[in-house]
Amino acid sequence: MKLAITNGRVIDPSQNLDGDYTTFAENGIVTSIHRNKKVPPGFEILDAKGAIVSPGFIDLHTHLREPGFEYREDIVSGAKAAVAGGFTTILCMANTKPVNDNASVTEMIIKRAKEVGLARILPVGALSKGLQGKELAEIGEMVKAGAVAISDDGMPVMHGKLMRHALEYAKSFGVPVITHAEDLTLSDGGCIHEGKVSTALGVAGIPEVAEEAMIQRDILLSKLTRHRLHVAHVSTETGIEMVRQAKKKKLPVTCEVTPHHLMLTDEACLEYNTHAKVNPPLRTRQDCAALIEALNDGTVDAIATDHAPHSEDEKSVGLGCSNFGLIGMETALPVLLKLVHQKKITLKKLIQLLTMGPARAMNLKGGSLKKGSPADITIFDPNRPVTIDPNRFFSKSRNTPFAHWRLKGKVLYTICNGKVVFSS
Amino acid sequence: MAEQKLLMTEAQMDKAIHAMAEKVIEDGLSEAVLVGIKTRGVPLAHWLARRLAQITRKTPKVGELDINLYRDDLSEVAEQPIIHKTDIPFSVDNSGIILVDDVLYTGRTIRAALDALIDFGRPKFVRLAVLVDRGWRELPIQAEYVGLTIKTKIDEVVKVMLEECDGKNEVLLKEHFSKRT
Amino acid sequence: MSLSVRHILSVNDLTKKDCALILKTAQNMEEISERSVKKVPILRGKTILLCFFEPSTRTRTSFEIAAKRLSADAVNISSVGSSLSKGETLLDTAKNLEAMNPDILVVRHAQSGIPHLLAQAVDCPVINAGDGMHEHPTQALLDLMTILKVKKRIAGLHIAIIGDILHSRVALSNIILLKKMGAKVSLAGPASMIPLGIEQFGVPIFYDIRKVIPSADVIMMLRIQREREADSFFPSLREYSRFFGLNKETMKHAKKDVVILHPGPVNRGVEIAPEIADGEHSLILDQVTNGVAVRMALLYLLCGAKK
Ligand SMILES: [Zn+2]
Ligand SMILES: [Zn+2]
Repeated sequence: MKLAITNGRVIDPSQNLDGDYTTFAENGIVTSIHRNKKVPPGFEILDAKGAIVSPGFIDLHTHLREPGFEYREDIVSGAKAAVAGGFTTILCMANTKPVNDNASVTEMIIKRAKEVGLARILPVGALSKGLQGKELAEIGEMVKAGAVAISDDGMPVMHGKLMRHALEYAKSFGVPVITHAEDLTLSDGGCIHEGKVSTALGVAGIPEVAEEAMIQRDILLSKLTRHRLHVAHVSTETGIEMVRQAKKKKLPVTCEVTPHHLMLTDEACLEYNTHAKVNPPLRTRQDCAALIEALNDGTVDAIATDHAPHSEDEKSVGLGCSNFGLIGMETALPVLLKLVHQKKITLKKLIQLLTMGPARAMNLKGGSLKKGSPADITIFDPNRPVTIDPNRFFSKSRNTPFAHWRLKGKVLYTICNGKVVFSS
Repeated sequence: MAEQKLLMTEAQMDKAIHAMAEKVIEDGLSEAVLVGIKTRGVPLAHWLARRLAQITRKTPKVGELDINLYRDDLSEVAEQPIIHKTDIPFSVDNSGIILVDDVLYTGRTIRAALDALIDFGRPKFVRLAVLVDRGWRELPIQAEYVGLTIKTKIDEVVKVMLEECDGKNEVLLKEHFSKRT
Repeated sequence: MSLSVRHILSVNDLTKKDCALILKTAQNMEEISERSVKKVPILRGKTILLCFFEPSTRTRTSFEIAAKRLSADAVNISSVGSSLSKGETLLDTAKNLEAMNPDILVVRHAQSGIPHLLAQAVDCPVINAGDGMHEHPTQALLDLMTILKVKKRIAGLHIAIIGDILHSRVALSNIILLKKMGAKVSLAGPASMIPLGIEQFGVPIFYDIRKVIPSADVIMMLRIQREREADSFFPSLREYSRFFGLNKETMKHAKKDVVILHPGPVNRGVEIAPEIADGEHSLILDQVTNGVAVRMALLYLLCGAKK
């Protein structure tokens, strides 16, 4: 299997590359990248004229719902949604049923993912047994089975000592700990950001401090244990500042932000729009601005979608009762390109946050087109107009706050392991 | 412009009301109370009361009745009628009542007024006084006291103008059809 | 003349003209409740579904009486839709209610926004009879009527709303409506019960109720729910009553012609002392009477509303 991608503008932040190159891949590996447009015989040619050629995108934060909640999503639909969005590697969180808190579940997910084959699906193991926040899960066994990180995402770890031990124990196996930072006694029943909108809608709010207090605790635990902490979906100005300060002190802390926290505010919840109900909640304009600034100054390592599918029914029971979460893999690129078109970030920066950034944060192989890297490549047209139409999603769910948005940016081809796994 | 014809001048109206008052006395109903149907029945009832007082030296009591809450055509009207105040400042039980309205047409307004009155008590009797009877009855209703009886076409409009509502007293017949309310 | 809205969901949606029409109609309908036959036939044959998914005897009874005075058939439903999140979605609820061919839905729900969402899903007018911590528009309208009848105006009045602002839908509806009608509204209560972002409505906030009482033309006391004590919003009812309750002592500083409102039911001796609740300044019972008139007016005005 030999593939040559010609005529495209290659942007690969991992080697500071931006220009017209031809990319060659053989047997799932990038073999060379050069200016010469001549393609030797035997190569299948993919003409990327007018398009951007980037390393395959990596999403550090998704919920694929299999096993247990296949009516929302499963590994097949999740993988299809991933490659349709340009993602060739995704991490999936452990809050399935049964919970991915032991090697057998981890193995099952990896086996299913191999059968499906579209994208690289890397499981995140649970931090505690059953996500109960009481006893450590069998982290070592899960890592041996293929888990790339551990996290209780979905169920915040309230117990400080357990979090400490998780960091220490995970250190022995070399995997980072991902924290969903939320103090449940402070978020207590809240459903959107606490502020003007929650007061006007008469719904219980979630204050920023519910997130920030836990970010700070976990940063300090990372300092104590000297182990890798990754802060998931940072949503507030103060929260991102805490990560910035931690990095200044050279603590082993990384973080991600989501497209929705960058692009939307709590005003998206007006009219009781349950598709904008997400945890952490959408915050204010000021928080969005602070997060964008943090993209630019290097505080943020990765943009991750926190793709969280829920059925129509689960989102049709009112703002107070409906589940938290929204889906994001199929909308991420056009939504994020809006920041590029608005000149808030550069295209190169965006690609970095979708490729090399997440790869480094989680110590993954991809995210680069260097010779010898996996041939995971995303080809997209950043200027092609699109209208978000949830009915055309590959995901089984439709819970997006971006429905009907008119944006620019379309994935043309997604190549994983040297094979075209998606073409529009 | 729709064509219009003067049916009654102020003097003719007053003469007609005076005649009604005389007939009321003649019928031995000087003790009766008056109830004007909103909107134009109310000033007419007061007018009739003044004429009665001229004869008997005693002003009869006058009540005001809004029949909108008794309409049978709520689902057919284009705009929701505004509810006005009903004010019956006397006991209806055992009273002789003369209902007063401006125009008698289908009889449906009077039907509603009777229903309303009966909700206030059990009157000894109810009579009806109208300034103009223009025909086209849809219900078996008659007025005892009528200022002017005329034949009209269905699409004509009899417009009673009163000082209190319209700034002048006169009765017009308008040819063009305007919406019945 | 008709209302500019098809549903009564939030006082935000009502224009000043709408309010004037509602209050005028309510005042002209008051007389019906004083007759020996307290019934007019205007809404004969109309079906009004009272969907109280959260128990409330007072508001439900008020709507029921209002419906019956206008000859509408008021039907109580509380079993459908009370279990959102237990497998029943709003769409199911809406379809179930719609199948009964109602002319008006009156909806009370513990979750904010449910009347809004139902209104989008059904074909008939919806009246919000109180949703979670959001709004209680008919209460605000009856409060407006009560104040107007005594004070003859709203614009320029100083109205103090005192107590648990955070959990009170009555407070939010009143703040918005009274401000719209030109009143000056101040809030007072413990800071733990003043919501973040309330200042967006342009209302000064006081933590000492004695600061607002002397200049208030109207004092609106809110009901304190006993379970808030367990949730640490305040330490004890005794202490709450001492610092935030209305009693003889605090009333000494009030204007001579001040009037006192309370949405009921009153926790006697907690937010308001019995002698004040029953005293000369209290309009608490007028509120109940006006409540029926306002709800009659709304049922009438919405029943004829063409789509
Ligand atoms: Zn999370
Ligand atoms: Zn998540």
